[in-house]
Amino acid sequence: MSTLRIENLEVRLSRRPVLRQVSLEASAGQVVGLIGPNGAGKTTLLRAAAGLLSPAAGQIRLFGRALADWSQAERARTLAYLPQGRGAVWQIKVADLVQLGRLPHRAGWWQGPTAEDRVAVTEAMAACDVTALAERPVTELSGGELARVYLARVMATRPSLLLADEPAAGLDPAHSLDVMELFRRRAAEGLSVVVTLHDLNLAARFCDRLVLLDRGSCAAVGAPSAVLTAERLRSVYQVETAQVTVAGETLVLPLKRTAEPAVPSDKGEAVL
Amino acid sequence: MKPPEQQREGVAGQRSHIGAAAALLTGLTVLLFAISLTAGPAQLSLAATFTGLMDPADPVAGLIVWEIRLPRTLLAFLIGTVLGLSGAALQGLLRNPLAEPGLLGVSPAAAFGAVAVFYSGLAGSFALALPLGGIVGAGVAVVLLQLLSGRGGVLTLILAGVAVSSFAGALTSLALNLSPNPFATSEIVFWLLGSVADRSWQQVVLALPFLVLGSGLLLSATRGLEALSLGEEAAATLGHPPKRTRGMVVFGTALAVGAATAVSGAIGFVGLIVPHLLRPLVGHRPGRLLPLAALGGGTLLLAADLCVRLLSPGPELKLGVVTALVGAPFFLLLLLRLRREML
Repeated sequence: MSTLRIENLEVRLSRRPVLRQVSLEASAGQVVGLIGPNGAGKTTLLRAAAGLLSPAAGQIRLFGRALADWSQAERARTLAYLPQGRGAVWQIKVADLVQLGRLPHRAGWWQGPTAEDRVAVTEAMAACDVTALAERPVTELSGGELARVYLARVMATRPSLLLADEPAAGLDPAHSLDVMELFRRRAAEGLSVVVTLHDLNLAARFCDRLVLLDRGSCAAVGAPSAVLTAERLRSVYQVETAQVTVAGETLVLPLKRTAEPAVPSDKGEAVL
Repeated sequence: MKPPEQQREGVAGQRSHIGAAAALLTGLTVLLFAISLTAGPAQLSLAATFTGLMDPADPVAGLIVWEIRLPRTLLAFLIGTVLGLSGAALQGLLRNPLAEPGLLGVSPAAAFGAVAVFYSGLAGSFALALPLGGIVGAGVAVVLLQLLSGRGGVLTLILAGVAVSSFAGALTSLALNLSPNPFATSEIVFWLLGSVADRSWQQVVLALPFLVLGSGLLLSATRGLEALSLGEEAAATLGHPPKRTRGMVVFGTALAVGAATAVSGAIGFVGLIVPHLLRPLVGHRPGRLLPLAALGGGTLLLAADLCVRLLSPGPELKLGVVTALVGAPFFLLLLLRLRREML
């Protein structure tokens, strides 16, 4: 059974259709990449999958059961969502913030963290390379450090499905590779990951399948090599690309913008 | 990189901080409570006070301790508790260290609610009308604040508070202005200044259920407030939808602050000062702060009421006047410090 199955999803935000006829499937052990230009609907799709938006049409099923039928607590233990915005308000210590990922596992209000909670937090912090920051207030961290701390928070939940919105944004090359490798390792243990990415090469190298969104619809779904063709990148991203193979890895290099003017979208915005 | 043992020590260290602070505040509260029972214009010795406390039937000491000092002391502590608690909860909900029931207009609106009940004569017809008036006023204010400030920042919130506050003040002034009876007017004005002097058991009994219910609601928002420190969407996916947390804090504040204000008048700044001072002790965690802020609020107001009684040479100072005299400069300092970071 697939962990997450989205069928013919349609989402409107203030009556404007943002997603149309989008389908997506993620099974245990898979890393699924969501790619597409700015404003294509990647974040909206993730938010809908996390249960934060109610779809206008279509179905979202988590382990075969409609998302709306899950209780808040049960859902919170099963899926974890890493939003893009990572503002820190209070000067909470990193270790305390990561521990918030264990909130869904607390049974009663009187219960403190269990041994399992502590292990999960320690492990998540080590996996995201933030153990050294444990005692630092989050307000003093750099953007990249903060991104890793927030990632540690969702990893600490130990969900079955991870929905991560741009986890690699703002990270240096070493840490963005770390993040993707962490996803691969956890996927090998049975986690399903749906991740939005801007870096096409990270997407190509670390995802089992890619879903390419273009102005709210699926432009392509499949293995990275099948999705990331020069032709499709030209029509969706409006860039000319070169495919280079280095050390057995095929990389996509954007060269320049496509000469032809962009097809005007129905929203009246320029397509980037 | 720190080894895990050291980390655990850090967490345990923080927990012992909280424990020590809670123990200190509890000890202080007990001490202040005892002093408060012995202090007053009637010169009762320590022994006489104790006799009075043990024997309510005692014609002098029993009467003074049980009918005058105990309700006042108890009310000071209870009201301080809900003010500290609601201040901490509002700050957690709005993710803003400057939120406070008085500053945001919740207490003034509750005061207006109570004044309206006074003024309309409803207070005479059934006893519960007064706390209910305060609760409705506070509830309307919190809902208005939510609508006005929306997702705006610190500045929007403070401005919304100014708007609610001044509107409630204007309505109270209107009631005073239209009052046909000058004695009623001066009574209301004195009551508005905020005090727990000369309160009876009847008022304690009237307010207590609402104070307890409101505090319970606020405390049950603990986990929701912790989750909210990650933002609204993350909180929702952690199983604590912001809407539910908001409901608990809004209703809890309305019940607790509304009933407290109806009994004591508007006492400001306790909810600002107490959470601010105690926040570092709980590692700045908004949920953890709640019980400690409640205890701290009770201690502070008990101390303030004692100061009022012991230090006033002439006519007794009103409690609300003292908290405002200390609190307003504190607010100014806080604003200066936060200006660079937040505004």
